[in-house]
Amino acid sequence: MSSETATMTVANAPSHRASRIDRFLMQGGIVITFLVVAVVATALIEPRFLNRLNLLNVMRNFALLLIPSLAQMLVMTAGGFDLSVGAVVAATSVVTAAVMLVGSGYFPGMELVVILASLVIALGVGALVGLVNAGLVATFSLSPFMVTLAMMSVLMGIALYFTQGIPIYGVADSFIANVGRGQFLGLPIVLWIGLAVLAACIVMQRFTSLGRHIYAVGSDQRSARLSGVSTGRTLLVAYMLAGLLAALTGFLMTSRLGSGQSTIGGTLALETIAAAVIGGVSLRGGVGRAELVALAALFLSVIANAMNLVQVDSKYQTLVLGAVLIISLAIERLLLRKRQS
Amino acid sequence: MLEVTGFTKRFRGVAALDNVDFSLNEGEVHALLGENGAGKSTLINLIAGTFPWAEGVYRINGRTITSLTPHVAQEIGIAAVFQEFSLVPDLTVVENIFLGREQSSGLFLKRKQMRQAAVELLDSLGFHLPLDENVAFLSRAQKQMVEIAKALRMSPKVLILDEPTASLTDGEAEKLFNAVALLKARGVGIIYVSHRMSEIRNLSDRVTVLRGGKKIGTVVTAEISDEGLIEMMVGRPVEQLFPKIEHKPGPVRLEVRDLTTEKRSVIGASFTARAGEVVGLAGLVGCGRSELCRAVFGLEVVETGAIMLDDKAVERPTPTSMLAANVCYFPADRGSEGLALARSARENATMSSLDLPELSSGPVLKFWRENETIKTPLANLALRPMAPERKASAFSGGNQQKLMLARGLMKPFEVYLFDEPTVGIDVGAKADVYNLIKSLVEAGACVVVSTSELPELINLASRVYVMHEGKVVAELAKHELSEAQVLSHYFGGHA
Repeated sequence: MSSETATMTVANAPSHRASRIDRFLMQGGIVITFLVVAVVATALIEPRFLNRLNLLNVMRNFALLLIPSLAQMLVMTAGGFDLSVGAVVAATSVVTAAVMLVGSGYFPGMELVVILASLVIALGVGALVGLVNAGLVATFSLSPFMVTLAMMSVLMGIALYFTQGIPIYGVADSFIANVGRGQFLGLPIVLWIGLAVLAACIVMQRFTSLGRHIYAVGSDQRSARLSGVSTGRTLLVAYMLAGLLAALTGFLMTSRLGSGQSTIGGTLALETIAAAVIGGVSLRGGVGRAELVALAALFLSVIANAMNLVQVDSKYQTLVLGAVLIISLAIERLLLRKRQS
Repeated sequence: MLEVTGFTKRFRGVAALDNVDFSLNEGEVHALLGENGAGKSTLINLIAGTFPWAEGVYRINGRTITSLTPHVAQEIGIAAVFQEFSLVPDLTVVENIFLGREQSSGLFLKRKQMRQAAVELLDSLGFHLPLDENVAFLSRAQKQMVEIAKALRMSPKVLILDEPTASLTDGEAEKLFNAVALLKARGVGIIYVSHRMSEIRNLSDRVTVLRGGKKIGTVVTAEISDEGLIEMMVGRPVEQLFPKIEHKPGPVRLEVRDLTTEKRSVIGASFTARAGEVVGLAGLVGCGRSELCRAVFGLEVVETGAIMLDDKAVERPTPTSMLAANVCYFPADRGSEGLALARSARENATMSSLDLPELSSGPVLKFWRENETIKTPLANLALRPMAPERKASAFSGGNQQKLMLARGLMKPFEVYLFDEPTVGIDVGAKADVYNLIKSLVEAGACVVVSTSELPELINLASRVYVMHEGKVVAELAKHELSEAQVLSHYFGGHA
């Protein structure tokens, strides 16, 4: 009985219960509201938004933002950042195209084998980058921000040196037709892949001990270690999964563009962090849900599409992205303050 | 069952633990007693595997252990509840209890089974907790309960409890004592670290006393008096703990009339405090005595009532205006309200007096005068170690408290408000704090002490006000002061 906090009797309901509206907003209501407003407004202002072809386009863009955003979310909930996401996408895009170009020379006519080989090698590169990131963060307790920033620079340098900035063509036609432009049940293949990744992330977060350990490490690393969680291994897995997802994005992006490009993904670090944060992922780690990040990625894809439809200059598009990010952060902080008082 | 011999641990060459032997039997509660820095926490951390020992032999159930990590320690049945919790704020109570020990079938968690097991575990301890609430939203007492439940999830053979009642109310502490008795009956050996003599007396079978990293002795609790234990702990007789204070009550300095706070933590409270006397505020935690001090210093919103300094009413008190009026307040929560832990002792000591002419002219700090100015106050408080450039966080709890108190000594205040001045600090530091209070009062200051430690009130105060549920229910004069007298008013009863 020496601390003021002990005055709170244990049977009491916690005093922080917010109103129903605040609670809805805290648990993803902001994203849902944003998304509904964006879709309705776009559809009203620009009816072409609802064209079948345009919607397919939005879905493809959404899927290619969703997958790296989930990668970002994994690392952020584990208490880190991955600024190298975009650079991994660029590097693996180059790797994918290069493997196909070289591979089709050695194995003419065996396109499927070459495509699978390029996927495996790209994933290997992504996992390796994740391994190095996590190794530096966990072993030397370096700041994730600096480690992944440096990694971004290194990877971009390698990709640019390797390609001299020129796209690598010679990507298998069946790869472009079946993956990047392919459809299944009327929806783009890349969307199906994105949704499969999303489902896997949701299951991992909610129903596996790995998911719980990632939250624990991100929320309080010291406590997690004292509780018997292997924090190094958990960080390793989180960063490697992120690397794999970024590599998958690079692979799919190559199929979409029809070439390997070292210049893609430049804004992806910002966009994925924006999607994660708007989706409620905490910058301090420990908090974040895949399904909300997905809604935020969809929201960002819709406004990007809307701006293209009404022919907003691309210079203003990054301005809008920044503004949306700041507004959503401010709203979240206001709600948090209200909840704490 | 557990036995360590010749345990030694050095930090940067300094022996924190020096050739200490310790043993624990099945079903025994073995208390560990000592001042802060005596080596208690080093010993329990070594036993729990938090860091490796330098020399010594560690045996458990006849098996010799050469190295240990917290994870392995848990596996061989050693669980620890430290003062610093190992809870993850963003996970729920249930998730925390099983963190690192999740039950899964294949890839997937057995969420229902874990929840059920948590319910059974908490029921067996008599703890009522909101199972699906994030730990971040629990009170400190509730977190303490989660931490205890978590330690017991593996059915340990050895349980280490480090000051487990420091943040519990009496009712909650009672539940903990029942749980300790239950575990003891099951044959669990318990290492119990506490500053509280009554707990050690009621719970423990044996006591080991440490001082300065060395073992002073192990005794059977029933065979030694409280005085004997304190003497072992501080190395001096107990009469020296409380100094004899000469009270010379002068004019009324501080008067509070019918004060009610906006939050209703204080309701219609009145008291007076004179120059040259120590006025005690007694009562259970949450009775409003802390809030009363805070209201006087402008930290609680006052709804009705008056605060008078030297017969002049103070309108809208704020910490700045009260400091200017020579009123000084020492909060109970050193960590969050008192010290800038990442800054040096010197900066912390001068933090609230940088506007003194000795330390600045206009916006320019006379930094070359700083060390000179803090020398005397820190020496009077016997800061240990006397290292003004050390970070505040590197000092022990007792010495952090001294840094806070040093602020009040930088310039002559007239009214001092102490809220729990000795909470969580060791006996040696307590004696230093009491001596400080003595010197302040005898120099003519007016001192108000709000505390949950009865011996403190009885030995230091010239008058005591007892509070219950926000109201002042009794005023006791020096000759009426006894533990029984004060306690009889604790629950609002009339003696």
